[in-house]
Amino acid sequence: MNPLNPLYPGRRRRNVAWTVLAYLATAFGLLWLALILGALIWNGIGGLSIDVFTKMTAPPGVVGGLLNSILGSLMMTILGLVVAAPLGILAGTYLAEYGRYAKLSHVVRFINDILLSAPSIVVGLFVYQFCVVPFGHFSAIAGAISLAVIATPIIVRTTEDMLNLVPNTLREAASALGMPRSLVIRQVAYKAVRSGLITGILLAVARMTGETAPLIFTALGNSLFTLDPTGPMSSLPLIIYEFARSPYPEQQKLAWTGALIVTAAVLTLSILARTLSARGGNNK
Amino acid sequence: MTASALESIDLVRDPAKDRARALGRFKLADASFRVMTLGAALVVLLLLLGVAVSLFIGAWPAFHAFGFDFLLNDSWSPPKERFGAAAAIYGTVVTSVIAMVIGVPIGLGIAVFLTELCPPALRRPIGIAIELLAGIPSIIYGIWGVYYLKPFMQAYVEPALIATLGRIPGFGLLFKGPPLGYGVLTAGLVLAIMILPFVTAIARDVFETVPAVLKEAAYGVGATTFEVVGGIVIPYTQVGVIGGIMLALGRALGETMAVTFVIGNATHIMPSLLAQGTTISAMIANQFADADPGLFTSSLLALGFILFVITFIVLALARWMLSRLETKAGR
Repeated sequence: MNPLNPLYPGRRRRNVAWTVLAYLATAFGLLWLALILGALIWNGIGGLSIDVFTKMTAPPGVVGGLLNSILGSLMMTILGLVVAAPLGILAGTYLAEYGRYAKLSHVVRFINDILLSAPSIVVGLFVYQFCVVPFGHFSAIAGAISLAVIATPIIVRTTEDMLNLVPNTLREAASALGMPRSLVIRQVAYKAVRSGLITGILLAVARMTGETAPLIFTALGNSLFTLDPTGPMSSLPLIIYEFARSPYPEQQKLAWTGALIVTAAVLTLSILARTLSARGGNNK
Repeated sequence: MTASALESIDLVRDPAKDRARALGRFKLADASFRVMTLGAALVVLLLLLGVAVSLFIGAWPAFHAFGFDFLLNDSWSPPKERFGAAAAIYGTVVTSVIAMVIGVPIGLGIAVFLTELCPPALRRPIGIAIELLAGIPSIIYGIWGVYYLKPFMQAYVEPALIATLGRIPGFGLLFKGPPLGYGVLTAGLVLAIMILPFVTAIARDVFETVPAVLKEAAYGVGATTFEVVGGIVIPYTQVGVIGGIMLALGRALGETMAVTFVIGNATHIMPSLLAQGTTISAMIANQFADADPGLFTSSLLALGFILFVITFIVLALARWMLSRLETKAGR
């Protein structure tokens, strides 16, 4: 380019201006991440004590912990996963293996994508209508079902994407040995993408761990220790929601500690999922 | 069960009877696995149908009692049993618009940075950092918003806005009133931060579908980075970028916990962006526990149904646009 060209300085200036804006945008995005994580650590780390993991949530004035909420979160996430993982993997298998080009698959894929980003509060209302109203009371099972509804589309999507990566020659080789289709899928295709399937499950667990909105109408929350899945149950996000708006400093502090625990769990799970899928990608 | 099925491959050497039995077992297992996967796929379909039908059934008493007026009426008065969705719909739309106005350009800027400007060594760490922003649960945005962003808005941003933009006749109406920190603007800002990583992730993915030869050709004739992005990358990926933006819009419309914390939960329409307001999801989250069965609960379910319909339309359009780009990219 001729530097004497009269258009050149203007084009250069515009390029520099937009480049600077792109840099600023990135700095802006990273700034929020730093601010949020910083606030979590600053406020949450001081409250991390053995009490948090061994004591129940308590009324103001009494030293309490988050034990019942942590157990509730674990229990509902596991129950949700028990429903969502088989359902999601089987549905993803249909989309990728049996019905890859079927008309039904197009519809299911589309609906699954909608469910993937559907507002979680709407899912909560749906489960409220189905699992709370008929029984007349809130329950951890209803909470777990609402988490499962949120987790299933994630697992369906990753399962399908991963199975699509399996080379057809592998399937053909297995079929040539006389293996029935179902065994080809379970013994060959699943094994080839095992880390991918685990990635999907980890992502789903991460999502379930932080989910609050649907639990308000389903699990409700409970200040008492309970392992009874048919009754109301506490969970970490629910207790954060309650304590963060509390006027008592000790409860606010517990809310921040809970927030730190939830975020640490969610981010660890997503980073784990990412490294797993990155390693799976290198093998191919 | 699969192990025993594998062992039975050895039965090939045995008499024909065993062989037929083994094959029969295979056939049955094969067919039942197929049916199971089909069933699971149908359950996914039924889930969405179930959401729509159950919400509509729950909302029917409210729709029946208020009719079309439910959408236009902005009064929300449990004691008088008068319910209207207008204030919640208004708040949902306004907060989402604020979020898009702030979040979309910044999200696209980050995507451009990551695909065109970033040194390769930093590309992965910065990409992951932005994705972590998407991974943070919305309740965390809520607690952070109420303890940090709200005081900051109250002390610095809102007084500045009132002193500057608030003085403009007409337009200034949007920035009138005391700086509370809570309100529509703060909620919109939190939403903007939340949707930013979604915009970035999708824009980055679609930017990467641009064939390298196209960009190389443009650089080859002397185009600047800005000209390549504006003249080649964005026109080529237009449909996908718009799809991604709508996907982010779908998120913003339905976001609940973060908004509930910072919007103030006032159930009427105020012209000022600094005033307290509500959104559909914040209203449901806030009032559901106190709602007595009957018209009150039904009205909240009706709000949920409206939110479902709005987000369904937005998300369906988004997916349709993204799938069009995929066809173009030949994937």
